[in-house]
Amino acid sequence: MARAKTNKAARPDVGAFGTAAAPALPRDKLLHAWRQMLLIRRFEEKAGQLYGMGLIGGFCHLYIGQEAVVVGVQLALSDGDEVITSYRDHGHMLATGMDPRGVMAELTGRATGYSRGKGGSMHMFSLEKKFFGGHGIVGAQVSIGTGLAFSNLYRANDRVCVTYLGEGASNQGQVFESFNLAALLKLPCIYVIENNRYGMGTSVDRASASRDLSQNGAPWRIPGVQVDGMDVAAVHAAAQTAVAYCRAGNGPYLMEMKTYRYRGHSMSDPAKYRTREEVQSMREHHDPIDHARAALLAAGVAEDELKRMEAETRAIVQDAADAAQSAPEPDPAELWTDVLAESAPP
Amino acid sequence: MIKVTAAEAARMAIEEAMAADPTVIALGEEVADPEGGGIRKVTKGLSTRFGADRVKSTPISEQAIMGAAVGAAIAGMRPVAEIMLMNFMTLALDQLVNHAAKIRYMSGGATSVPLTVRTMTGAGRSLGGQHSDMVEAWLAHTPGLKVVVPSTPADYKGLLYSCIFDDDPCVFVENSIHLSARGDVPVGLHAIPLGKAHIVRPGADVTIISYGRPMDDVKKVAESLGEEGISVEVIDLRTISPLDEAAILNSVAKTKRAVIVHEAVRSFGVGAEIAARIHEHLFGELAAPVQRLGMPYTPVPFSSALEKTILWSPEKITAAIRKTLG
Repeated sequence: MARAKTNKAARPDVGAFGTAAAPALPRDKLLHAWRQMLLIRRFEEKAGQLYGMGLIGGFCHLYIGQEAVVVGVQLALSDGDEVITSYRDHGHMLATGMDPRGVMAELTGRATGYSRGKGGSMHMFSLEKKFFGGHGIVGAQVSIGTGLAFSNLYRANDRVCVTYLGEGASNQGQVFESFNLAALLKLPCIYVIENNRYGMGTSVDRASASRDLSQNGAPWRIPGVQVDGMDVAAVHAAAQTAVAYCRAGNGPYLMEMKTYRYRGHSMSDPAKYRTREEVQSMREHHDPIDHARAALLAAGVAEDELKRMEAETRAIVQDAADAAQSAPEPDPAELWTDVLAESAPP
Repeated sequence: MIKVTAAEAARMAIEEAMAADPTVIALGEEVADPEGGGIRKVTKGLSTRFGADRVKSTPISEQAIMGAAVGAAIAGMRPVAEIMLMNFMTLALDQLVNHAAKIRYMSGGATSVPLTVRTMTGAGRSLGGQHSDMVEAWLAHTPGLKVVVPSTPADYKGLLYSCIFDDDPCVFVENSIHLSARGDVPVGLHAIPLGKAHIVRPGADVTIISYGRPMDDVKKVAESLGEEGISVEVIDLRTISPLDEAAILNSVAKTKRAVIVHEAVRSFGVGAEIAARIHEHLFGELAAPVQRLGMPYTPVPFSSALEKTILWSPEKITAAIRKTLG
């Protein structure tokens, strides 16, 4: 039972946030990870501001607090590996290298956005960066990600597909159908459950009978690990194991990232289902960006250098916000394009 | 031409598409040869010829089948997914309606979904309420999906081939009785354009618009009325959506009378949409109200006797035509 062995051996001891002994990241990788996490944090803060100003409409789900997850996983991927996720997707887009200007312009519904103003916060795609959305139906991206992996298997192209889902989505029926299909066909799928503890306003303890979501693939013999999702080095190390396992043709792999979102489910959620102290404690003791910054200083990176990068990051985000606000609204004719490959007004 | 069943004609379309393009793959319950090559043998021989990697039998998991097909399609493949029966489409509607139909639009045209979904249905075999429904109107109501319903073996081949090479998600509706019907089918490349209706028989007095299995009786009725001197123009829609509105309006502008026949429930059906469009454009020119024939507002019953009473018949079609003639 080689599989079962992998399953057990790969599971680190993660009783609570930040307690796992994370293998250190090399300095240059950690610096890159920190900058990426910072970019996402600043970008999301700006999106929150623009939402408050009425410049972003509809739903807007911020990734603040969870940055280490997508950045750590992305660091373990290679060019050509696919990424697909749910509606809490801005961080994933930035991590895959999509242009902050294009993302912010889409959030504000402008013609220069990735979807030309027709997708919005939840629906953006970049074939170039292998980012396949941005999907608003809870759990549905899991079936689609399984199909992306299916095409990799057929093409024998050595690529893996990373499918992110929340812990709320982990109870959707199509997730389990997909687990079975992926395991049966040995598809190169990495499923990443971002357990931020709350599915909208319901805590995971009140929504999941499963107490260890990393084992949700166990009936299909999908190896699973729990990972401290607030520590980018721990995420990266776990993701490397997952990628190696999938690329070697062993089939799917599951990671449960123990993480936390600082903001509400969406901008319209005041998050009254948890205490201020709980959020404050996470921010103070487990913030992935603070943690990485401290590690960088300890590794000898000059504080001035970090401050310079912080200023640079702010400038990138401000530029994206300025560009979005001055970009044109979509032309009314856009309404009729892209419905079908060749579409015209009725 | 060779004389084959509609099932064989559909199989030929998939086989020729797979031979022409390595991105064409097939997946669904029992589609590979070890499982029989599909319950109606529409994919028979394909896994043997093209390999087990290209023709995959799946678990009975409609959401996973449709989701995997959407994923493969946005990755640049041309998947031909089988949802065994149209009623089972309900299980996969999330992927079809929320994803396949909308990804092109929501991505601002950056991502195509060149997906073909084959499914089978049709009343008349005592299959009861969960295995007989025609739900093409639900699907046609979703912008971004193409819905195709063939009526002859040759059209099974030509329309399915076009679906596979279309860059939009297409639902191809096979009829469980028609799959066994034989007819002449062109050998070699045969592609029929989507979105274009077929004028099966020109006529001057009344236009009859139909699609799918009722077309057999529609054609017979038109012929027998022709012997009486009533000239019936017959339109086979072939594609439900996008609807070939021009073909319908051109014909009805000429005949001033229209009868629509479909198998699906009459209420809120495709016939209602067509009748509305005829009235919107030709109200002042009509010589009689548009007539619609469709199933009554009831689930499909099991009893063969009951089932017969709810379906169209040559008598019902004839009566509807005579009503427009006054």
